[in-house]
This record gives sequence, C-alpha cells and structure tokens, in this order.
Amino acid sequence: MFDSSRFKRAASLVQTSPEGWPDAPLQQDGVHEFYAAQGQDGSAALAPPLALALLCAVQARQPGEPLLWLRLAKGKQARQRPYAPGLAELGIDPAAIVLMRLPDLQSLLRAGVDCVRHGGAATVILEVDGRAPAFDLTASRRLALAAEQSRTMVLIVRSGADPAPSAAHSRWQVASAPSVPLPADAPGGPVFDVTLLRQRGGREGLNLQLEWDRERGVFRAPLSRGRPALPAVRTGDAGRRSAA
Amino acid sequence: MREGAAPPDAAFALIAKQRGAQRIMALSPAALKLGLAAGMMLADARAQEPDLAALEHRPEADRALLLRLVEACERYTPMVAPQGDDAMVLDLTGCFDSLAMDETGVLDDLARRLSRLGFHPLAACAGTPDAALALARFGKRSLRELPVAALGLGEDVHLALKRAGLRTIGQLADRPRAPLAARFGKAMSVALAHLLEEQDRRITPHRTLPPIWVEQRFAEPMATVKPLLGVIAWLAGQARDLLVARGRGGRRYEVSLFRTDGHVARLAVDSGLPLRDPADVVRLFRERIESLADPLDPGFGYDLLRLSVPLHEDVSEGQERLDEDKSGRPDLVPLLDRLQVRFGAECLHRFTPRDEHLPEYADRLVPAASRPESWPQPETGEPPLRPLFLFDPPQPVTVLAEVPDGPPRRFGWQGRQHRVVRQEGPERIAYPWWKTVEASGPTRDYYRIEDEDGCRFWLFRHGLYGSEKADPRWYLHGVFA
Repeated sequence: MFDSSRFKRAASLVQTSPEGWPDAPLQQDGVHEFYAAQGQDGSAALAPPLALALLCAVQARQPGEPLLWLRLAKGKQARQRPYAPGLAELGIDPAAIVLMRLPDLQSLLRAGVDCVRHGGAATVILEVDGRAPAFDLTASRRLALAAEQSRTMVLIVRSGADPAPSAAHSRWQVASAPSVPLPADAPGGPVFDVTLLRQRGGREGLNLQLEWDRERGVFRAPLSRGRPALPAVRTGDAGRRSAA
Repeated sequence: MREGAAPPDAAFALIAKQRGAQRIMALSPAALKLGLAAGMMLADARAQEPDLAALEHRPEADRALLLRLVEACERYTPMVAPQGDDAMVLDLTGCFDSLAMDETGVLDDLARRLSRLGFHPLAACAGTPDAALALARFGKRSLRELPVAALGLGEDVHLALKRAGLRTIGQLADRPRAPLAARFGKAMSVALAHLLEEQDRRITPHRTLPPIWVEQRFAEPMATVKPLLGVIAWLAGQARDLLVARGRGGRRYEVSLFRTDGHVARLAVDSGLPLRDPADVVRLFRERIESLADPLDPGFGYDLLRLSVPLHEDVSEGQERLDEDKSGRPDLVPLLDRLQVRFGAECLHRFTPRDEHLPEYADRLVPAASRPESWPQPETGEPPLRPLFLFDPPQPVTVLAEVPDGPPRRFGWQGRQHRVVRQEGPERIAYPWWKTVEASGPTRDYYRIEDEDGCRFWLFRHGLYGSEKADPRWYLHGVFA
C-alpha cells in the first residue's frame, strides 16, 4: 500500500480524481515509465510519451529547478532532435532543460544514476530506445533507490519495446489521440491517450484521454473546454466513455 | 637517430626527393666517418658505398620528436623553446633553488637523461640564448674562441669577415663597433651583443606559462598510479593557498606527469565555477582518470608532478542571501562538471534561441556552462505551432493532394500511409533572400497535419507549384506531441 507521508509533492495528472484514479499518480521520489504505444505495424511514436513526461516534469518542478534530459547521441532516436521552439510552444521553458547526449546506453544509465543520486535536478528524464537489454531490473532498481534518496523524479521514456518488468513505481502507455478540432478543422492542442499499465499498490488498466492546457498549465479531459475534468473511464466500460 | 631499421652503428642516410633526384638530407655518424656529406646525391654516395642504407627523411617526425623533448625538459623550467630543427633553449633563471642543482648539475642531468634515450646532446650554459647555442654548436669553452660563423649572419658576411682577417669572435669584440655596424649593418652589432652576453634576447616558450603552478619532485619515482590522487590533493592544497592570496578560483586545472624516460602525460579538468577546494579538484581528476580510454602508464615511474591552473577567475565571496535557494536542492554545477569530465564537453547542452527565419536555425545547442537565456512566450489561445521533434535532415514523403498547390490528403512515410483528417496551412516560409543577395532557395509551405490515429505532423512543400517548380517535393520536418 501507499505510504502517503512519503509524497512530498505530487504531480497531479488530472485536476479532480475520478473514481479509481490514484490520488497522486506520479510520486515525486519515484521512477515512472512512459511507453510509446506500438501501432499494428510495430511503429512507435516517440513524441507523445516524451511530451507527456516533460509536461509531468514541468508540473512537478518548482520554479528555478532544473530538468535533466538524457538521450543517445547516435541511433534511431538521434535522427529526430528536440526542437526548443516546440518545447516553448508546449509551455515548457527550454532554458530550464540541460540536455545530455551520450554515446551509448551504458553511459546513459551511468550518467542517469549519477544525476539522480546528486539530487540537483527536480526531474531526470531518460530516453531509452529499443529493447535495451542493459536496462534490466538491477538498473531500474538502482535508479529507484537513488530517486528515493534524493527526492528526484525519474521519468523513463521507452519506445520500440514491449513493457518489461522493472522497479518502476508506475508504468504508462502513451499514444497520440485525435485532438479537439479548432475552427476550419485545424488540428488542436496535444491530446494524449494514456493507459496506466501498472501502479505499485494501486489500480491498473485505467484508460484516459488528456488534453494539455498550456495557458493554465493543467491537463484536462478533451472537449471539456475548461470545465472540471471528468476523464477517467475504465477500459472496457464503453457506456461511460461515450458520456465523457 | 633512434628510429629506423638500421642499428645505431650502421651507416645510413636519410634522403628526400629534390628536383627529381634523391638527395641526402642527413647521415648517421658511421656514414659521416665514411666521408659522405649531406647534400650529396644518393646515387653518388652509393657509388662510394654500395651498401649505404637509405631511409626517407621526415622533417615533421623530427619536429615532433624535438617538441616531445622540449616538453620533457619542462621538468627543469617552464621556459623551454625549440630553436631551429635540432636545438632547444631553456631559460633557467631562478630555477636552481627549486631544482637543488647548479649549472653543471643541470647540464649533467640533462645529458644523462638524453643519452639514455640514445641522443648525443651538446649542451652549454651561458648568459644569453645565442651565446649558449653558439657554445654548444661549436663545442668551444669560451665565447672569444668562437668562429665568426657563430654570428649566424649569412655566408657572405662570414666570408667578408674572414677576408678582413677576423676569424674569431674575440678578435671581433676587440675592435670598435661603429665601423663594423657601418660596414655590415645593424644586425651585426645586435648579433654581437647577443653573443657577448651584453644584451639579452627573450625566448618564447613552447607552451604558455600558467600563472599559477605548483610541483612535487620525488626522490624515488612513483611506479604506480595509486598514490597519484593523494599527491594531486596535496598540490591542490598548495594551489589553493596561491589562489586565496589572489582572490581567485581555478576554472581549469592541469596535471603534468613527468616520467623518468622523458614522456610527459597531461590531464586537464574544467569546471563550471571557480574552484579552490582540493576535494573538489581531486573529485574531478578521479573522474578524469577513470574515464581515460587508455589508462596511465607509469612505465619506470613518475618523478615529477606539476599542477597548474591555466585559467582562473575572481571568486566573489558574497554572503548567502536569506531569500534565495528556496528549493533546497544542491547546486547542479559540480554534477555537470563531473559529467563533462567523464563524457566530454560535447555531451552537455542547453538550448539558446536564435533570431533566424528558417525554423531549423531558430534554436541552437550551446555548452551547458553558458548562461540560460529567456525564451519568447508562445501566443495565447493557439495550439503548438512548432513541433516537439525536428528531423534533421527533413524526411522525404510521398504526398497525394487534390490540387498541386493544395493541402495534402494522404502521405506515405516509412512505408506507411497516413490519411489526413485535419490540416492547417499553409504557413509560408520564404528563403531569407534579404540576408544574402545571391543565395536563394525554394519557398516552403508548411502544413500542420493530423492523421486518423491522432498523430500530428509538420509537412512542407518545397517550392511553389508553377512559379518555382513544376513538381515540388514534400518533406516531413517534424512531429508534434
């Protein structure tokens, strides 16, 4: 069960907690995994889980606290580069981010543990691409222990891999969802389709659509247009989904 | 004459191709004894000595060897400069106390170390660099015995002096200077003054002098790297005293490890903030030593360790403010220093805005140590207009559009078809023709696109249909969240 006293600060993914939704989905001193949902053809979009992780990190951090983002310098990931104007458009201050590009996965994990252990950053985001056998249970346990010690939130963004056992406190699967169209059928703001795959001591299998409200800095249910969010629908509960 | 296939006592020549002929550039001592001379054709020399071995003359390798020796001689003084192709000058002013040797002691030590490496050094000590060089070159004991060639003023001047009956520097020194200067120019009096230790000439050291350096000599060479960090800590403590006295802190520390056989290894660490505390310095050096691709090889041992601070800055010893540091998190700078030492400075970045028109140049990665800059706020009420990730280079896609200059209906990327459900555009971004007159490129029409799965893309048509291109191509430039 949760030890609620340990939650110093929690990033609230949604404003109001729907039924069955954990009080504090992202524990400040925990490790959280964001998996890119794989399409039928095996392709996985990296942008949605990464954006969600960044936005959670921004919500959890206090002004002035830096954010560390670790990614590989080579490989499939590196072909798409983080675009700072795009970060600013999402409401993330690019000046708060320190980006590390590392030569290989081993260095990435080593640097990641060092960053978490140091505790100088509010959040450390690690991008792990592919199956990554080096990122095993031991590696994630090491991160979890370090996170607990230094009160640093660790967000791991995985793409091109099936969810594997790890020491993470929660595990999410993230995909893009159709946005709320603007006038003239223009694409709207980012909407994420989020599934809670695993939560330590909590419920699983929750599915949720979240729209990011940049001006207010909160997530809300799409189509609610600023009304209090009523987003959570358990998977398979088709009747209530249509009501939302 | 260390390298090459021939043993040291064999006769061999170093040759280079000059104007189509193989000419001898240098000869081994054994070959010189056979009566050969540098400058001969190899064919002529082989006519005398059919078995003469010939090796390629590589001046750049000679130069590198000389510079290695120069670095090794920094054990005596930091003021060491290479001189010509085959000599070096050491400025030993003020160094004898710390070396605990006198002039002959230094000469003997230098000769011993160099001959151990297989060299036959000629060394001399004098008041000026030119006098010392001339004494060593011509092997004389006093300046007055030197031939006039020691002036180094060119063959015709030397010949003219000899014709006038002046054969040694002593004879020249006894004569009044004014007629000499009138006959041979000002260069003569300057060269003579330099040679006779009347006027000093500055040398430019091979490596610039660090403003702060401390060193530790060992009576017995240190044969393992284990005590290295302890010595560095001790030296850093001394450097701290020097830095405190000046109110400075080091931004860059460098350790030179002098091996007994003349090899010098250098390790440097950089820090984001001025450092003084030995513990911090040692932590960075530990990181540096652990991250070395090929570990330090102490060989026969290190007998001198020097810690220098080539870069230092003022340390503001300000009072801590009460209203600062709300988060209570430790400072990130030491962590970034450590990571930078281990993974290289090119790994750590920060984003900086750039006032550029083309989207791919609108941001830039700068070293993490630089000051963060503020970013413009996005326009309220608009969805994100710029993607989270940018493809570099843009990915070519196949697009199906209703009309050639209209928005796309479908597009194919990486073997997958995406049906466009929503789109907005075009956002026309022209090539910045106002910057350079001659440079020009096609105009880009950007579309924000959402497919049936909810994935959002940033596509552009490269070139205006009809006026710029008959069949403009499409590219995927970025993906939105």
